[in-house]
Amino acid sequence: MLLDLELKQDTLFIRPGGELDLGVAAPLRNALDRALDRDPVRNLVFNLSKVSFIDSSGLGVLLGRYKRVSKNGGKVLIVSPQPQVRRILELSGLLRIMDESSSEPEALAKIG
Amino acid sequence: MKYINQMKLEFLCIPANVAFARVTVAAFASQLDFTLTDLEEIKVAVSEAVGNSIIHGYKGIPDQFVRIQAALTPDTLELRVEDDGRGIEDINRALQPTFSTDSERLGLGFVFMQSFMDSFQVDSTPGHGTRVIMSKRAGSGTAPFTPEQ
Repeated sequence: MLLDLELKQDTLFIRPGGELDLGVAAPLRNALDRALDRDPVRNLVFNLSKVSFIDSSGLGVLLGRYKRVSKNGGKVLIVSPQPQVRRILELSGLLRIMDESSSEPEALAKIG
Repeated sequence: MKYINQMKLEFLCIPANVAFARVTVAAFASQLDFTLTDLEEIKVAVSEAVGNSIIHGYKGIPDQFVRIQAALTPDTLELRVEDDGRGIEDINRALQPTFSTDSERLGLGFVFMQSFMDSFQVDSTPGHGTRVIMSKRAGSGTAPFTPEQ
């Protein structure tokens, strides 16, 4: 699994690559939870521009991290999902609880 | 119904095989004139069915097998995904969008299968496994399909 994490102030930028399915759900979840345990993270930005596939296992990882940060008043934003990935996010209802942005700077501005 | 091609696939119920299964089925299905969107939808449906077998059917025990049978008519992919796992006690409840036995899952697996395939049926006997039967027609419209055909 490809994963790039970057903390800017209290926002964690998460840039996974490839396919988010059951095969990567556990390592992805563990990597994100380690970062959330280690750093003072308030908000999450998932940049999905390099994700070519997602199923309900991948959505579950996103939803689980959403539950974790929203409990503390944090926001979760999705940046640049590819069309086939966006469709799954939309059908799942996740786009109703996570804002969507076309770029990371735009996402950061929305967080304010 | 005359099949123009058929295949069987059997693999260990480990998470790494979810990608193997969906890519294999999509490659097989691409012998028909499916659009890229159709193939993406088939991949999601296969991922969900195989994922259910691994997570729920076998509860993550990696020494069991998931079986896939796929067949092509001139315009339709027919697909069976089977396991010999725990089975489903209450199928109607399992088909509800918000039902999942794991809090981090959305309970959307069956919803995606139903949304993305033209026909969908799930049979299960508790203690004896689960079988999902789906079909998808290449091109627009839905395909009438029953397993007896």
